[in-house]
Amino acid sequence: MDLLEHQAQELFAKHGVPVSRGRVATTPGEARAAAAEIGGRVVVKAQVKTGGRGKAGGVRPADGPDAAHDVAAAILGMDIKGHTVRKVLVTEASEIAEEYYVSLLLDRSHRSFLALASREGGVEIEQVAAENPDALARLQVDPGAGLGRPEALRLAADAGLPEEVRDQVAEILVRLWDVFRAEDATLVEINPLARLADGSVRALDGKVTVDDNARFRQPGHPRYADAGATDPLEARAAAKNLNYVKLDGSVGVIGNGAGLVMSTLDVVAYAGERFGGVRPANFLDIGGGASAQVMADGLEIILGDPDVRCVLVNVFGGITACDAVADGIVQAIGMLTAPGETIGKPVVVRLDGNNAPQGRKILAEAALPGVISSDTMDGAARLAAELAGKGA
Amino acid sequence: MAIFLTDKSRVLIQGITGTEGTKHTRRMVAAGTAVVAGVTPGKGGQEVDGIPVFDSVAAAAEATGADTSVVFVPPRFAKAAVIEAIDAELGLAVVLTEGIPVHDTAAFWAYAQAAGDATRIIGPNCPGLISPGLSNAGIIPADITRRGRIGLVSKSGTLTYQMMYELRDLGFSTCVGIGGDPIVGTTHIDCLRAFEDDPETDAIVMIGEIGGDAEERAAEYIRDHVSKPVVGYVAGFTAPEGKTMGHAGAIVSGSSGTAAAKQKALEAAGVRVGRTPSEAAALMRETLPAR
Repeated sequence: MDLLEHQAQELFAKHGVPVSRGRVATTPGEARAAAAEIGGRVVVKAQVKTGGRGKAGGVRPADGPDAAHDVAAAILGMDIKGHTVRKVLVTEASEIAEEYYVSLLLDRSHRSFLALASREGGVEIEQVAAENPDALARLQVDPGAGLGRPEALRLAADAGLPEEVRDQVAEILVRLWDVFRAEDATLVEINPLARLADGSVRALDGKVTVDDNARFRQPGHPRYADAGATDPLEARAAAKNLNYVKLDGSVGVIGNGAGLVMSTLDVVAYAGERFGGVRPANFLDIGGGASAQVMADGLEIILGDPDVRCVLVNVFGGITACDAVADGIVQAIGMLTAPGETIGKPVVVRLDGNNAPQGRKILAEAALPGVISSDTMDGAARLAAELAGKGA
Repeated sequence: MAIFLTDKSRVLIQGITGTEGTKHTRRMVAAGTAVVAGVTPGKGGQEVDGIPVFDSVAAAAEATGADTSVVFVPPRFAKAAVIEAIDAELGLAVVLTEGIPVHDTAAFWAYAQAAGDATRIIGPNCPGLISPGLSNAGIIPADITRRGRIGLVSKSGTLTYQMMYELRDLGFSTCVGIGGDPIVGTTHIDCLRAFEDDPETDAIVMIGEIGGDAEERAAEYIRDHVSKPVVGYVAGFTAPEGKTMGHAGAIVSGSSGTAAAKQKALEAAGVRVGRTPSEAAALMRETLPAR
């Protein structure tokens, strides 16, 4: 889960990383009060989980409370790359002398962690890495030993940071490691890390991603979930513990196993090229069990999506036998429809693997209107794409 | 021969007394796996279907000569369980558990390295591996296919099954599900290297998915070190940026981790890549050296 800037700042402060004083505001009035409390010149910053806020006009200075009110009124409700701004962070304005970059992140290729530092902050770090790789220093961090002060000092030196700030930056790096480890983060980034006119160094913007798998030992993290920003169908699916991602097409997809479902989306999109660019409407992995209840929950979510014109159920019976899955589909449709009522949208079912013939027989005997069996993944995807294309 | 898992492997099950542990132990035994012990702390002295249960991996290994562990332990205890297997100097630990915090995976991986890299870790969040007809360590169905000469490595469980099914008449030497987490103990490259060295593997299917750059690095490895034919498949062309597609590691960030980039890298290394699982299977049929 990605955190908003003010949430990242809160975690930084908790672990002793120096940050600017700030207050969150959801209305222009709150922004005025925040600016009055902070005093002097402030910066009003849109809180959205995407980059490029500054360019989009979502970060603006304000001289005093009244200006903060007006600036917040302009920023709140703004759309930045598809994200609606629902709150702003009002922080004290800083006189910046220099901008640097530091981060800790997951290093998949070394199956470990990596610390990064650069003397060029305030810009996209990918750009620094591409255009001026010498300005970016890297250091492998052993998960057991962590990042200690001597290594942090060496990293600051390797990054070419001025001598007079290396002590402060090393201290910040060590505290950043505390954030990373204690909060089960997969990314913590300070950009820019600024040297102010008075010589002090502090985090002026931050990004934190925390590991959802660590929820069982991070009781403080669920409150960072941004319910307002989540798609309503995704929220309903999450409430039923379904692994669902809303997409922009018209073929609703249900399958078992993340890899197979991802693959099904692709196969639908390929097949859809011939039917006017039909695409998948969602990712939905019902996992290994595929019980009637889970199938019913999944179908209900997908049928509740007005963009869906046809449903494709793609199950490979591995552990689960296809006859059990077929029973689940029949029961699920029974649960979702009144007697004599049909499901409303065509449902193409592909069952393969363990006990597939028995599963197909169950579907054939149930003879549910609108439910069509198909023997192969490619064939089923083609049929679903064609039906969705016709419905257009 | 096969890779990592053979008919000589002596398997113990960590978490054997749990519902899933017991269920899959039965399936493994039915598939011919030599399951010699189970481990559940506090339940030493019990039996599951006549398989003795021990309190610790060390005690189980000493009493039974087990050299391979299959880990069914829940996420919050998984790190300790894997470290126990490493301390007992088992050669292979297959970690099926889904939902292990990545800091824990990084920690037990680093621990294994510091202990001399004597324990190969497969997973976590994986279906395990099967050498059809010889042994099955994990939850891959044993009756999809038979022994043959194709090696298979995949991040995804169900896509592994799908590909085994597509090529079921040809059969496989070993199929390894390496798992979909951002950090996994055994990579595509580790499997490619082992298949290249395995005299009973003639060709390799490699299945990847979005996220990270493991496929790109595997492509480089294939170009420089693999002489056997490799057919590829990559899932996730339609995945939008910034959304996790089921597997914790399956996420496109900006322009990195896309399926298109992975396909391009594999093709540049001489790998034939199918657009769908069935197309990849057809490519394998064309590619497999006649014997």
